[in-house]
Amino acid sequence: MTATQAPLPAEASRARQEKAQNGGMKQFISFKIGEEGYAIDIMAVREIKGWTETTPLPNQPEYILGVMNLRGIIVPVYDLRCRFGMGLTEASRSHAIIIVSAQDRMAGLLVDAVSDILTIDSGKICPVPEAECGASADYLSGIVPVGETMVVILALDKLLVRGHGTPSSQMSEVQQAA
Amino acid sequence: MSAIAPTLADTERFQATFFEECTELLQDLEERLPSLQAGNIDSEGLNAVFRVVHSIKAGAAAFNFTELVKFAHVFEALLDKLRSDRIQRSAQVFSVIVRGADLLAELVEAARSSRAVPPGLGAGVISELNELLGAPEDAAPAPAAAKAVQEELRHARAYRIVFEPHRELFRHANEPLLLIRELKHLGELETECDTSKLPDLAHLDAEAAYLSFVFHLTTKAPESAIAEVFEFVDQECVLKIEELGAEGDPSGSPATAEAARDAAQSDTAAAAVPSAKGSTSIRVDLARVDRLVNMVGELVITQAMLAQQLSESGGGQRHQWTKGSEELAAQTRQLQECVMAIRMQPVRSVFARMPRLVRDIAGRLGKKIRLVTSGDQTEVDKTVIEELADPITHMIRNAIDHGIEDADTRLAAGKHAEATIELAASQRASNILITIADDGAGIDRAKVLKSAIAKGIVREDQKLGDDEIYALIFAPGFSTAEKVTEISGRGVGMDVVRRNISNIGGRINIHTTPGKGTRFTLVIPLTLAVLDGMLVAAGEEKYILPLSSIVESIRPSRAQVRTISGGMQVAAIRGEYIRLISLHRILNIPGKVPDPWKALVVVIETENGSKAGLVVDELIGQQQVVVKSLLENFDAVRGISGATILGDGRVALILDLEGICALPEHWRADGGADELEPVANAPDGGIESASMPMSVPKRAHAPGAPEIHASA
Repeated sequence: MTATQAPLPAEASRARQEKAQNGGMKQFISFKIGEEGYAIDIMAVREIKGWTETTPLPNQPEYILGVMNLRGIIVPVYDLRCRFGMGLTEASRSHAIIIVSAQDRMAGLLVDAVSDILTIDSGKICPVPEAECGASADYLSGIVPVGETMVVILALDKLLVRGHGTPSSQMSEVQQAA
Repeated sequence: MSAIAPTLADTERFQATFFEECTELLQDLEERLPSLQAGNIDSEGLNAVFRVVHSIKAGAAAFNFTELVKFAHVFEALLDKLRSDRIQRSAQVFSVIVRGADLLAELVEAARSSRAVPPGLGAGVISELNELLGAPEDAAPAPAAAKAVQEELRHARAYRIVFEPHRELFRHANEPLLLIRELKHLGELETECDTSKLPDLAHLDAEAAYLSFVFHLTTKAPESAIAEVFEFVDQECVLKIEELGAEGDPSGSPATAEAARDAAQSDTAAAAVPSAKGSTSIRVDLARVDRLVNMVGELVITQAMLAQQLSESGGGQRHQWTKGSEELAAQTRQLQECVMAIRMQPVRSVFARMPRLVRDIAGRLGKKIRLVTSGDQTEVDKTVIEELADPITHMIRNAIDHGIEDADTRLAAGKHAEATIELAASQRASNILITIADDGAGIDRAKVLKSAIAKGIVREDQKLGDDEIYALIFAPGFSTAEKVTEISGRGVGMDVVRRNISNIGGRINIHTTPGKGTRFTLVIPLTLAVLDGMLVAAGEEKYILPLSSIVESIRPSRAQVRTISGGMQVAAIRGEYIRLISLHRILNIPGKVPDPWKALVVVIETENGSKAGLVVDELIGQQQVVVKSLLENFDAVRGISGATILGDGRVALILDLEGICALPEHWRADGGADELEPVANAPDGGIESASMPMSVPKRAHAPGAPEIHASA
């Protein structure tokens, strides 16, 4: 199999060294939403937290659950299940929030469970098949087989696109205090 | 050390530092101009002006800003003659200096923005300068000048100069090479360089000065001229200037650095004093201060969190803990104040730019105007200061162009031909008040109304009160100017001013008396980092309203609330109909939307003067909050100006009231487009008197004058 599982820190760091020697290997954090496996680039992940209550933001798309306090930083939280059109997550203590950083912004991704660290040969990542009833959104960057199943790799920069839900004409008027 | 060529990035950085220094120097210069204009400048003041020009010249030379250097050189020459009394101090000379200072600022600006200097810029000033310089020196020169002349007439003498810089020399932007070049101008120079203190490369600190020098100089210049070369470094070196006697005895008359300083002082009068004073402040990168402010903000929240948990927990040890917690709270607050004070700056930096602006515009319009500033030491947060310059500039420009009449009109109206503009700052509680007042014609009510109707801003049949009419000048596209000048009249202006001011949480008041003048008052919070807020609850959520916008809070009776067309609810409060906005509905808060007569109505007044009543469930209390931006990690959200973190660690949103009022949802029919459960819609008038609840406010708060309106 192309993907090796590296759950132990020692193994993880060894895997990282291997990656340094072999430019084709990349590491990902994989997680589950329902039965589906997804993965994001490990370099974008800042930390993983248990679920905490968020403060809802008014008049935003449903998948934006609101904002949370990450040690004094205000971070928006996205419900990925909802983002993928599968309805809102019934969040509980067992859910996790993956704090990621992309395009100079931080965001929390609400997922059902974090699974693994995957080391994947980027040559083995297959493109997502063209739009089958609109499901292949541009935030899906590839599919890779892992063990008996497969994992969908997400493009964070596409997922956390700016300006959604906010009428752009009003953007400049809503000023923020520095 | 100077042998290592600086990289391009270095040069850019040095240039940035140079321009930063120029800004400060020019400000200093600007501050001294009024006393110079009034003719009561002392020699210390003149010296300070001279040093500003000299420093700018020196820096400009290093970066090859030729135009700037050329002018600064001529300007400096005049100032030098003036301070040594070789030119008489006269109103004409001072007027040239004032204009020279403006030109200097313009040239610096041109260099900063790498603009080409338009040919002929300041030609008038330059020719006047040259004329003054070329003018024969006073027939009866002052004693000091006479001495200087005498010294110059003496024969050439030989000096031995020992110059041992301290290690820190370079840190203060000094360069021995420049000094050597300057010495060379004085006469024949031989230089010995002592490299004995130079460490090996491994131990070399590239920013330290290791070299010392011995110069043999043969010059006709007086010893004081030599001392002057070292004027800027005499605090940072061991300096010995010895005159070699005719018999060539090097130990003839050793002059220590101190003696040299004395000599310099006799000539340049207290030149060293301000430089010694300058070391009491340091330049710090703003980002570092911001980080500190943020960290302290965190600390405040953590402290509040601890205090809250403590008050909720019982137990025997609670007493001891409480005492410690109270101390921690006090210390944290003090620490926060100290840290915020770092960012506080006097408004002087903005006010100091204004005299030049007034001179410039008044000159172009041919009006005579005196600018009187006061309270320029009032301090505001740096982030606020940066936002103040544009609005003030604009309002002063407007006052000169529109407010102040021309001299003939003024004289006909029995006023002094010279108009006065007052620019004042003062602190009131957690706000700064800035007043811009002119003694011009005042705002012409009829003209404003006519112009507003012509531009379609108001309808002809609209009935407006005085205040509403004066408020029209803030409408976008408004202008009463009959002709568009290059200074103002295009109708972009006051609306932008108001937007700028409201962006920093401030407001503008106008007071105008026809024929007497207009007074604008800006009320602006001292800082943007903390906000006095009112915590309110709506459903499960808590929100912060800016306290400054709250007028009162009431619980209206059912009879006071009416539903009018489109489902909009209004409340009749003392004869005024106030639109009710349900926070539940416009912010999509889950749960039942309360009826206004069962909930609370917080009456707010927005920047444009319109009132609205926000329907909330509860007022929780007044609280100072640390403002956090949503934009750091998210997009702008309509109706929300920021966020803060409450004592329990949860995020609460700060409402942007103007934005809230502009949200369209507020008048949507009940249970209409939003999927919330419909409000129990009372029939017009609400006649069910039997079930009418007692309309007693649960808790009411109004800053300033609390008004509780509780009629049934």
